[in-house]
Amino acid sequence: MDADLLPAVTIAIPLLAAVLIPIVGRNENIREGVTIAAAVAMLGSVLAMLPAVLSGSRITISLLPMVPGGDLALRVDAFGMVFALTAAVLWLLNSFYAIGYMRSLKEHAQTRFFFCFAVAIAAAVGIAFSENLLTLFVFYEILTIITYPLVVHVETPAAMKAGRKYLAYLLVGGIFLLAAVILTYILTGTTVFVPGGFLAGSGSALILQVLFLLFMVGFVKAAWMPLHGWLPAAMVAPTPVSAFLHAVAVVTAGVFGIVRIAGWVYGMDLMASLGLGIFLAAIASFTIVTASLFALTEDNLKRRLAYSTVSQLSYILLGVSMLSIAGMTAAMAHIPIHAFLKITLFFVAGAVIVSAGKECISEMKGIGRKMPVTALMFSAAALGICGLPPLAGIISKIYLALGAFEGGMPILLLVIIASTVLNAAYFLPIIHTMLLQRPDDERSLDSVTEPPLVMLIPIVLTVAVSVWIFLSPSMPFMDLVDIAIAEITGSVIP
Amino acid sequence: MIDHLPPLLIAVPILSALLILLVGWYDRRFCYPISLITILLQFGAAIAILVEVMREGTVRYHLGGWAPPLGIELVIDSFNSYILAVILFLSVATVVYARRSVEKEIDPEKRVSFYVLFQLLVTGLAGMTITGDIFNLYVFLEISSIATYALIASARRPRSYVASFNYLVLGSIAAGFILLGIGNLYVATGTLNMADLAVLLPASYGLATVHTAFLFLLIGFSIKVAFFPLHLWLPDAYTEAPSAVTVLISTVMAKVSVYALFRIVFTVFTTAYVIDTFPVTGFILFIATVAVIAGAILAIAQNDLKRMLAYSSISQIGYIMFALGVANQIALEGGLLHILGHAVMKGCLFMVAGLIIYRMGTSRFSDLKGIAKTMPISCAAFALAGASMIGIPPTIGFASKYYLVLGALEAGQWIYAAVFLLGSLLAAGYIWRFIEIAYFGDHHAEDRRQAPAREGPVSMLVPMVGLALLCLFLGVFVEVVMEAVRPAAMLLLGGA
Repeated sequence: MDADLLPAVTIAIPLLAAVLIPIVGRNENIREGVTIAAAVAMLGSVLAMLPAVLSGSRITISLLPMVPGGDLALRVDAFGMVFALTAAVLWLLNSFYAIGYMRSLKEHAQTRFFFCFAVAIAAAVGIAFSENLLTLFVFYEILTIITYPLVVHVETPAAMKAGRKYLAYLLVGGIFLLAAVILTYILTGTTVFVPGGFLAGSGSALILQVLFLLFMVGFVKAAWMPLHGWLPAAMVAPTPVSAFLHAVAVVTAGVFGIVRIAGWVYGMDLMASLGLGIFLAAIASFTIVTASLFALTEDNLKRRLAYSTVSQLSYILLGVSMLSIAGMTAAMAHIPIHAFLKITLFFVAGAVIVSAGKECISEMKGIGRKMPVTALMFSAAALGICGLPPLAGIISKIYLALGAFEGGMPILLLVIIASTVLNAAYFLPIIHTMLLQRPDDERSLDSVTEPPLVMLIPIVLTVAVSVWIFLSPSMPFMDLVDIAIAEITGSVIP
Repeated sequence: MIDHLPPLLIAVPILSALLILLVGWYDRRFCYPISLITILLQFGAAIAILVEVMREGTVRYHLGGWAPPLGIELVIDSFNSYILAVILFLSVATVVYARRSVEKEIDPEKRVSFYVLFQLLVTGLAGMTITGDIFNLYVFLEISSIATYALIASARRPRSYVASFNYLVLGSIAAGFILLGIGNLYVATGTLNMADLAVLLPASYGLATVHTAFLFLLIGFSIKVAFFPLHLWLPDAYTEAPSAVTVLISTVMAKVSVYALFRIVFTVFTTAYVIDTFPVTGFILFIATVAVIAGAILAIAQNDLKRMLAYSSISQIGYIMFALGVANQIALEGGLLHILGHAVMKGCLFMVAGLIIYRMGTSRFSDLKGIAKTMPISCAAFALAGASMIGIPPTIGFASKYYLVLGALEAGQWIYAAVFLLGSLLAAGYIWRFIEIAYFGDHHAEDRRQAPAREGPVSMLVPMVGLALLCLFLGVFVEVVMEAVRPAAMLLLGGA
């Protein structure tokens, strides 16, 4: 096959699955077979592009003329590959997990569920591979709409209310993003991403600052405070959806967008001269600390994890705000690192719901006796996020610390330290409850067992990947990040 | 042959309307096929003319061989050939849809007159679109209006009589304004030919007669297109008319009225007049933005699907008038694109509403909870066309919205562009209301009566699904449509 077509094929695979899923929806096994086959095929297709991207080349394909401002066009570069690879691997694992979860709980409307999942992953990969802002916007909006049925899946009044909140935040954000895209086009006559940015000199400082604000509100999927409200609300969704929102696609799309804007639309020099680094650093620091404090107060495990995500996402913004090579490296690397760790935690939260029917941390006393592997994996991932080797979380923390000095903002080191302390403060009690405390009533846990293998194996695998990233960071994520950094700093033009 | 297509486009369907009447006496079953074939022929002719115009340029035809300004001239240029193709395409979709819907909603003995009126309405609208004579335009306007009054009343419910009467009163006032405007133009210039008017008018731009004429025409046509706040006839008319009629008037008639307004503002008068001599575009832009927001808010407040869609039309007309207010190339491209886009998506949405009424006998939200379970195809079509209404890419609704905002920004109308963008989001408010009810209603509450509703007949489903898919395809392949839209917008601005 022509390698140039691969980006389009990668997106077409889940879309094709989305067409097939409703058709074969009557037969659950065939339907799930389609999902798994598509996930494998998509991962294969992404991996097929990996060598070319690692060698520094980029794959570009223009699909269709659209509106003035940008064609529907794809370009696979190193940074896009980081996101796409993360999404592809996690979609496969999440699919297995979702099948186990949905069947164990006998959830309704599973065909709709898997249909939306497939379209959403196509949109996520589309975002990763967008060649220009307009294409990115198109996929970004599709992602918003198609995840709505997932969020309100249980269809209770509370879920509908949360769904409205979700949609209100993300659609309004989308409008801001559209405004930003159009404004960019008006200012420069193009929206194609250029390593190192293309906005310099196109407008007054004020306009560019306002434009950046538009972009920030547009990428509300990054859940920076105070525009984070939709993310905890969306916790009413089934756990595989939460995992999808938090790790695979949605929030990742938000932070991905912000990094793209910083590196490929503005460029670090322009950001620095506009004073946007300090602005971003303020937002990120505020979010990191405040969200961690919120997390401390939550007894519902999934909601606590949601606030943890809000806080962790701002690590990425913090890395960008340092406007230094190490900071950018931390930002980009944290996308897969956080994704693999956080998805483990959500997987475990879901496994506890399936096996024990418990959602609140205070009810999980001693659950580790009955679900040792699950609880152990949770502990490992939680400690990983706190920054304990041999899990990958430490890598981004080190780069962040380096970036703080390199970017001339050593004060940000305090934020990182404070955050680490807070991470420990809200994770360690959970570990303590799960592993060390005795249940109030020994009998109550009698029927609890490990989750089905189809759920347990993805949990173990995600932790394994995190360990692997720590042991061998260069392959492939850090290599990709290095190439991307070289692109935007102009040190090497691939 | 192609030379005589323009007059045939009107003459044949008028004859066919008579034929329907005559044959209907003999056997009512023949009415529908004749209507279908006629409209298909008209559509074919429209496509042939569109191709001809895009290749050769403007087509002119002197009726009876009388040269203008004495005789009546039919002029088909890049603007109205596009409109003609759009409205006849939707007429085809509607007439296919109409058969089963009419069987359900119209008494058998009234079906003959229904199809006669239906045919006259389409003919009047096609005539309005292709005529080059402003008085002739008025005549066709009256033909289509009178047909519409009767068609709305043909639902034969007390409320539809009231709706029809209201529209009759307001429509007549509008017609009065338009006629007076035309009279004033004739006084000022001595001609009724539009091309002639465009040449002769600039000399009289200072005259109060001309200003009066312009205002009268503007007000008259604003009533006809239901431009906020002159929309009062519309909600009842759309809601109370039979489903097939609603589809036709909300798509075809509304668009032809818009066409006539654009024609008069931009080619009888010119941008020079509406921007410099009698600066009115800024005002229209303001009202259009208000219309976008007010229409959407009113739509959100409704409790009935059909009525909600009717108010949505008021908001969407605001989009098109927004283009008129900005009056530059890109915005007009967006406006013209939205004429097509809105016709397609609103046609689809009203077809869904009609199908729901066909099956459930009601379109009140409180009776439609969980309807997606029993009518999955209709609701999926609604979701797709609704996404287009909100402007989610890559639908046609997104493309037109994008052009409109881009145009407004290019014209330096930053504030309007911003307000318009946010206002356009209100569409999500009313579209989502139905989506929530249909899909996520309350499947837990089983106490609701489980109506034994299924999907409707195939002849209603096909045009509906076709239009829904078209929302997506036109959005993806928007460049194809732009080939026709671009020269049209250029023509409006006085270019080639």
